[in-house]
Amino acid sequence: MNIWWDNWSDFWAMGKHGLYVWGSYGVAAALVIAEVWQAQRARRLALREVQQAQLARTEEWT
Amino acid sequence: MSIRWFYYAAPQTFYGLAGRLWPWFAALAGLLALTGLAIGLVIAPADAVQGEGYRIIYIHVPTSWMSMVIYLAMAFWSILGLVFNTRLSGMMTRALAPTGALCAFLSLWTGALWGKPMWGTWWVWDARLTSELILFFLYLGYMALTSAIDDPRRSDRAGALVAIVGAVNVPIIYFSVKWWNTLHQGASVSVTQSPSMAQTMLWGMLIMALAYWAMAIALVLYRVRSLILWRERHTDWVRQLPEVRGGA
Repeated sequence: MNIWWDNWSDFWAMGKHGLYVWGSYGVAAALVIAEVWQAQRARRLALREVQQAQLARTEEWT
Repeated sequence: MSIRWFYYAAPQTFYGLAGRLWPWFAALAGLLALTGLAIGLVIAPADAVQGEGYRIIYIHVPTSWMSMVIYLAMAFWSILGLVFNTRLSGMMTRALAPTGALCAFLSLWTGALWGKPMWGTWWVWDARLTSELILFFLYLGYMALTSAIDDPRRSDRAGALVAIVGAVNVPIIYFSVKWWNTLHQGASVSVTQSPSMAQTMLWGMLIMALAYWAMAIALVLYRVRSLILWRERHTDWVRQLPEVRGGA
């Protein structure tokens, strides 16, 4: 269990494949974050619509 | 036993269950991802043939697996929905689709970024790549179709057909490297043979795969709760929820 890299610049360079490796990891991270954000937004929207629906129901009764 | 299953299949009970479960899966996903990334990016040695570029594998293989697993899960829920006519099934299928689409896209994206330095091309129309692209389009098609039909029941039923018929594509993806001569390599990890990878690399990949599993479960449970809320918005039990009463 040793660290494979000698220094940071080797780590970022990924043996000339830095663009491909970090392009993969970067986009994967960005899309996962976007998906979480989208799911949270969907919940907020759903809650808002539910509250409106319930409010409309209350008005029908009164 | 069967009664218990249907008890949890009721949207009202599942809403609470999913709410208790998703934080655990989210935490698990975070832990596994950190471990997997540490192994894959920091500890694992370079590949003898591909050098450091092979590290794309820790995203590519897990997302590819998940893109297939999630589609099969959608087909599974769709069959349940058509057979038992449970409301939850359609919502589960719908909650799965965006995460499946994400995984299919990442599989294609990382595949292209891996193909360029190793094969010299971003893309080839070979059986593996083409069938995975079709899977991505099936996800998009499912989401477009279900969101275009307003009536939830009809929308679920139409979506279920797409999910079930499209599932034929999944074994085609899986076996494509055996059935056809493809540029894509054969399986590095299979059920029947011992893996052809170094131990550390294999562990990194499996842990990343588990991380994606946990993430998918957390997201699906979280997302299905929003769907349940919206569909049950006129009911009394939704009215009684603290998150509904608190904000109004």
